[in-house]
Amino acid sequence: MLKEIRIHGRGGQGVVTAAELLAVAAFEDGKHAQAFPAFGSERMGAPVQSFVRIADHRIRARNQIDKPDYLIIQDSTLIGAIDVLYGLKPDGMMIVDTEKKPSELKLSTKAKVLTIPATKIALEILGKAIQNTTLMGAFAGATGLISVEAIKRSVKKRFGGEMGEKNAQAVQKAYDMMKGGENG
Amino acid sequence: MKKIIEGSMAVAEAIRVCRPHVISAYPITPQTHIVENLSQFVADGKLKSEFVNVESEFGAASVVLGASATGARTFSCTTSQGLLLMLEVLYNIAGLRFPVVIVVANRAVSAPINIWCDHQDAVTARDTGWIQLWAEDNQEVYDMCLQAYRIGENPEVSLPVMVNFDGFILTHAFEPVELIEQKDADKFLPPYKPVQYLTTKNPLTFGLLVDPEYYTETRYRLQKAMEDSKKVIEDVAFEFKKKFGRYSGGLVEKYRLDDAETAVISMGSVTGTIKDVVDNFRDEGKNVGVLKIRTLRPFPKEAIYSALKDVKNIIVMEKSISLGLEGVLSTEIKGCFYGKENQPKISGFIVGLGGRDISKDSVRKTILKAEKELVEAEFVDLKYELIGGKLL
Repeated sequence: MLKEIRIHGRGGQGVVTAAELLAVAAFEDGKHAQAFPAFGSERMGAPVQSFVRIADHRIRARNQIDKPDYLIIQDSTLIGAIDVLYGLKPDGMMIVDTEKKPSELKLSTKAKVLTIPATKIALEILGKAIQNTTLMGAFAGATGLISVEAIKRSVKKRFGGEMGEKNAQAVQKAYDMMKGGENG
Repeated sequence: MKKIIEGSMAVAEAIRVCRPHVISAYPITPQTHIVENLSQFVADGKLKSEFVNVESEFGAASVVLGASATGARTFSCTTSQGLLLMLEVLYNIAGLRFPVVIVVANRAVSAPINIWCDHQDAVTARDTGWIQLWAEDNQEVYDMCLQAYRIGENPEVSLPVMVNFDGFILTHAFEPVELIEQKDADKFLPPYKPVQYLTTKNPLTFGLLVDPEYYTETRYRLQKAMEDSKKVIEDVAFEFKKKFGRYSGGLVEKYRLDDAETAVISMGSVTGTIKDVVDNFRDEGKNVGVLKIRTLRPFPKEAIYSALKDVKNIIVMEKSISLGLEGVLSTEIKGCFYGKENQPKISGFIVGLGGRDISKDSVRKTILKAEKELVEAEFVDLKYELIGGKLL
């Protein structure tokens, strides 16, 4: 088993942190994991990509993920601005942070498209428009690839204290929404 | 204990258990999280080292040179332009036979400015008299750091060691790394016992003026020490494996070469991607293998010849170029076969310059092309639209 994830967002949205924390959580679940950024010049607001590989065997490949199983779009304004769909497998899945329904996005892909109002949830719970941890919860709910417990532990450890607890709440809320199946 | 950590943190953790007395670094771009983490360890009391912030990489190299002269175990770290600025001092450290260890996060050199990965920085330092080890992943670079001190500090070697790993691709990658406990590290790497060092009790001079009557012999001794270090590099790797279960050093790594007709040669992280492509070819019934160069200096020409003497095609994929000729590794691999029978076809490709991604499709196409024809110094994935629409 090898699953490849590409995350698109903008500088300042925690795109690189999301990849790291997904890898940490997968590792805690007993899987092999690798996370790395696409190394743009790190400007606030510029398009940023990060990559995660999760497998049940040692991971050797170092190439950027050009045929992802999963896409996570942290900023829906990137759709159309850059080719976020590039290489997405037809039987893959993408999760978009938006209050819109998947059909309203009019994406030309055979892959499954799910949406979640992650920024809205983040603003409610964290008081900040940083949607990366919320999307991680949504990812766990939609794919079952990583346990929500491991994700909550990884965000609590990274952010610590009250912020850690709040991020874990946001993770759980997004996870429950995806599990409830109201987003496809 | 296995932990999932960033590559730079893995190196810092490795250096922490090596207990260097003195660490020096220039704390600004281009630098890495490695020295950031090490300075934090020192500040938190987790590592008893003198951490010296200096005004430039020239200063950083000079500080470890001086500290090593007093018999201290030393460490520094740099990348790209920083390594180039160290260059003059690197020659001095090797000439003085001080077993300094530095880790280089390999990156492209200017101009134009580019902060991303390739191997031009360390390959430029190839002839300085430093042993050069090259890691494929973060476990290897971790393990090589401990081995580097053992190799360099061996009195028969007494040479500095540069441990190389790919900037960004590895330095910024999170992946699992098996960490070694301090007590086990101490058993593998005992305190440094210099044969000679600066002390007021026994005044000595190092690196003084040497006229034509003597200079040649100092270079001969350096060359001999380099040649002889091959055995030590392998012995240390075997001893490491005995203690920790991983053969993560040595001169070369052979992958699926036993019955191979085609062999791909590479250094660093791209080797992992190449191995995956080779597995796919094997599934299709193609006899392809990989030879990874772990030690660029001393150059393991005997090990390379013995690993590849039966293959028909050799494909060198490298992340640097000796401008005006071809990739350095290509030339050196050709040299391994001089005067031998059954010369293989040796093709050279330049890949991944300035951080350009190397996809599996590119690796696959490159291998298929070189099986059909002899290729010299071809730049893979050139964008023709940026060079006037066609090859120049």
